[in-house]
Amino acid sequence: MLNRLWGEKEVRILILGLDGAGKTTILYRMQLGEVISTIPTIGFNMETVTYKNIKFQVWDLGGQTSIRPYWRCYYANTDAVIYVVDSCDRDRMSTSKEELMGMLEEEELRDSVLLVFANKQDMPGAMSEVEVTEALGLSALRNRTWTIYKTSAVKGQGLTEGLDWLVDIISQNKA
Amino acid sequence: MSFYKKDEDSGEAFSHLDKTTVIQEARVFNESPVKARHCRIILAKIIGLLYHGDTLSTKEATELFFGITKLFQSADPSLRQIVYLAIKELSGIAEDVIIITSSLMKDMQPKSEITNRANAIRALCRITDASMLQGIERFIKASIIDRSHQVSSASVISAYHLFRTAPGARDVIKRWSNEVQEALQAKSGGGLSSYLTSSSSQINVGTSNVVQYHALGLLYQLRQHDRMAVTKLVQALGPRSGGGLMGGGPTLKSPLAICMLIRCACRVMEEDASARQELYELLESYLRNKSDMVNFEAAKAICNLPDVTNRELYPAISVLQLFLSSPKATMRFAAIRALNTLAQHHPTAVAPCNIDMESLITDNNRSIATFAITTLLKTGNEASVDRLMKQIQSFMSEITDEFRCIVVAAVRSLALKFPAKQQVMLSFLSGVLRDEGGYEFKRSVVDAIFDMCKYIPDAKPAALSHLCEFIEDCEFSKLSARVLHFLGVEGPQMPNPTVYIRHIYNRVVLENAMVRAAAVSALAKFGVNCDDSEVKQSVRVLLTRCLDDRDDEVRDRAAMYVRTMEDQEVADHYVREDSSYSLAALERSLVEYCKNLEEAAEKPFDASAIPRVTREQEATETLRKCWHASTAASKGAGAAPAGSAGAKARAVDRQQVYAEQLEKVAEFASYGPLYHSTKPVALTESETEYVVSCVRHVFAEHIVFQFDCTNTINDQLLENVLVQMDALEISDEEALEPAASVPAPTLKFDEPGVAYVAFHRIDSTIYPSATFSCSLKFVVKDCDPSTGVPDAEGYEDEYQIEDVELATATYVTPTFLGDFDSVWRSLGDDNEAVETFALTALNSLQAAVTSVVEVLGLHPLQETVTPTSSAVHTLLLQGTFAGGAKVAARVRMTYAASSGVTMELAVRSDRDDVPMVMINAIA
Repeated sequence: MLNRLWGEKEVRILILGLDGAGKTTILYRMQLGEVISTIPTIGFNMETVTYKNIKFQVWDLGGQTSIRPYWRCYYANTDAVIYVVDSCDRDRMSTSKEELMGMLEEEELRDSVLLVFANKQDMPGAMSEVEVTEALGLSALRNRTWTIYKTSAVKGQGLTEGLDWLVDIISQNKA
Repeated sequence: MSFYKKDEDSGEAFSHLDKTTVIQEARVFNESPVKARHCRIILAKIIGLLYHGDTLSTKEATELFFGITKLFQSADPSLRQIVYLAIKELSGIAEDVIIITSSLMKDMQPKSEITNRANAIRALCRITDASMLQGIERFIKASIIDRSHQVSSASVISAYHLFRTAPGARDVIKRWSNEVQEALQAKSGGGLSSYLTSSSSQINVGTSNVVQYHALGLLYQLRQHDRMAVTKLVQALGPRSGGGLMGGGPTLKSPLAICMLIRCACRVMEEDASARQELYELLESYLRNKSDMVNFEAAKAICNLPDVTNRELYPAISVLQLFLSSPKATMRFAAIRALNTLAQHHPTAVAPCNIDMESLITDNNRSIATFAITTLLKTGNEASVDRLMKQIQSFMSEITDEFRCIVVAAVRSLALKFPAKQQVMLSFLSGVLRDEGGYEFKRSVVDAIFDMCKYIPDAKPAALSHLCEFIEDCEFSKLSARVLHFLGVEGPQMPNPTVYIRHIYNRVVLENAMVRAAAVSALAKFGVNCDDSEVKQSVRVLLTRCLDDRDDEVRDRAAMYVRTMEDQEVADHYVREDSSYSLAALERSLVEYCKNLEEAAEKPFDASAIPRVTREQEATETLRKCWHASTAASKGAGAAPAGSAGAKARAVDRQQVYAEQLEKVAEFASYGPLYHSTKPVALTESETEYVVSCVRHVFAEHIVFQFDCTNTINDQLLENVLVQMDALEISDEEALEPAASVPAPTLKFDEPGVAYVAFHRIDSTIYPSATFSCSLKFVVKDCDPSTGVPDAEGYEDEYQIEDVELATATYVTPTFLGDFDSVWRSLGDDNEAVETFALTALNSLQAAVTSVVEVLGLHPLQETVTPTSSAVHTLLLQGTFAGGAKVAARVRMTYAASSGVTMELAVRSDRDDVPMVMINAIA
């Protein structure tokens, strides 16, 4: 019975992160399975992705400083947040952490799970997932289901693993 | 479900919308999955609210807007359509609307549905601004040349709106010129049904052609400030004979686009006389286009050409004449309306249509009938007047006030044209005055009767008694007051003033306070101006009775007049009032006085410094304004694509504005009142570095040259801009001495500045003419192009502009003085000069008329501007000279191919030296 209800509802996912982290590329890699050329997102992209018979409604919000304040308009009813980090952008790791922590304090996201993608692993000098975990201060998180995967959206690595984790966690929560 | 269904069908839900409820309901936007149908209805309600005039606060709108952004997750096509609409409506109120940019850009990609693409583009351009535009430029450029005409049209239109509303975006949009040009290229017609609903089978507008209209509109916007570019555009798009020079240029198929092109062409012709012949041929060729719309537009354009000749008009009028017998009412209406306007200035050219217009008098459509009959009144001759007047009377009661005003205006001008027919006209006017009607209508009738009194002396007794009768039963106090004033002015001069006194005193007994006060003032005028002592005595009795009135104003007036009547001198000053303050100047001084309250408390207002104008001057001023307004209105009736209403309004009050400007210059304070200002003359081409035009102002003993300068170089600041004037030729060396030169302190980029040069006429009886060479002298400071900050150091420079002339015409104010014959008679032959000239160089009477009008600067009476015969013509002119003297001129001319034009010029004036000065202007 529960399963049937579950099947009808879509899972709502937000993809967030600083500008140039690769959010839009990840969205379309998940939806179309290919790499498309992107321009900086002014606003948001919204696509439906079906994975393992579950419909994900994925919102990719623009990461530019001017657009970040609007993220909160889209927090309601979110099941999971995919937070994308450019693993090579050591300089802005602290900014990224601030944005992430600010976001997690929001009441509307209290029950959402967090999946961090340490993206751009194909690039030389990328930080490992351990380094990223530390830089973002993830270990200090309390009352939050979270994990981190190293990914390369361009090569398609790590994305399925991340989604598998999401599917698992969400079916557990709902069950 | 049934509930929503009902909502949608009846439309009732949209008439009693409550904002708070709708905003509550809009929460459903946040739900997932989206309830498409439900959301659609709520969006419709939001739009409905806005259309009903409800206002949303920024916060409410922003909240709604963000809710709406979430609806992009639904793919429901109908929902998406209304989402676009809502975005467009809210884009002006909500904040942060750019959040939707990416979503709209996705919808405008080639793989989306065509309708979505077009609508997404429209919405996108509403939420974007100049800074964002660069980012999306590539996509819009691509959609301008898209194969689908909906997409192409939508992008062109959006660019057009952006160009007008976001000045910052203009530079970006200008880069799209090539794409727009490509969109202008005709695309294959497509089997789509006509975009314009037209019963005529000959117009078959394939929908795709409408892109041409939009593209041409945008191209014109892009180029409108570059006259050469517009000219080229028009030339490239016009129909070419035999392949033409431009070879691959696009051909306009859309009638709408061609109409637009015609309007552009008119603009070019207005600004550049040299293009006129070529473009006239273009207009003429469009008279033969297969679309009625184009034919009409071209004909109307030709009718509106400045100084159009009868020969040029002929083909246009034939087209309009054909339209007059069209089965379609719109066509008949359009044609008769255009002819009506044209008949004001070219009655003879319209006369050939008289027979067709006669048959329109009985047209079922009363608007057409009204225009037909008023046109006939203008074109008809004296003999047909009676018959026409009868016909008008029969349908005056069937038409609306607006049209009745038109008829009254026509009758008024007819009465002035044929003074002999005044009786018929007057009885018509007094007849309609008795009909039911609104204020505007009654006012126009009363004005017409006033004018008849002024210009046709024979009509006065009857007209005044009609007016007396009118105020007996007039529901408009304002009009009653005006009529009473008029009776007060005119009545005392009539042979039997007591008649009017009775009528006026009746008002004192029966009317409201406003009318009673006016009546008291009118009575006092009789008391002062009638010589009969019996009349004086009875007025005094009547005024004394008014001292018991229950209204303060009425009592005060009565008390004042009873006292002033005792003393002839005081009475002359306050009751006769043949001069008054210049109202504009008085108002300014009072405002100035009230600004400084402390000072005002100590010192009374000093009225002696305010210039006084005689009643006569005031009247001619009003007349001049009316005349300006009517010519401006008739000119504005068509051509200009962009609204130039502002320019017209300026023209009317130009003199006023100049007077104010000049008053502010200390150097000119002692020159006295401004007599007259000429029209501005351009001294440079409009595309040069510095654009200068010159206006000449005539004072009692001084001439002031005003140079309006604009600096069009954006990286230069000019300082201390002086105009150097050197006399090249002068009729009398001794007559002029330089009096003052006022520089423009700074000339920033694109901000006009003014420099003045003044001369003193040493002998006030000599009116010298001269030619001056002029140059601008100034200090240039280069500016940093990015910040606009000027350098500290500048250098001196000079810039040669065209010569300025001071001619006899400069001293002349073209004014309408009244019916020519009576003016001519009243001036008498004491101050008359007659001279005959042989103008061998001129090859037509029209050319002679034009040059005489230009050289003398007098106001030509409209009906004499266009010669009706090629051999003999009489031109009649009026005006005032150097601020006061009346001038009338009669020019009889004959033309023979062998000898050119022979002309006899007769000038009369009320000042003895003036006729010779005028004659010398020609010699």
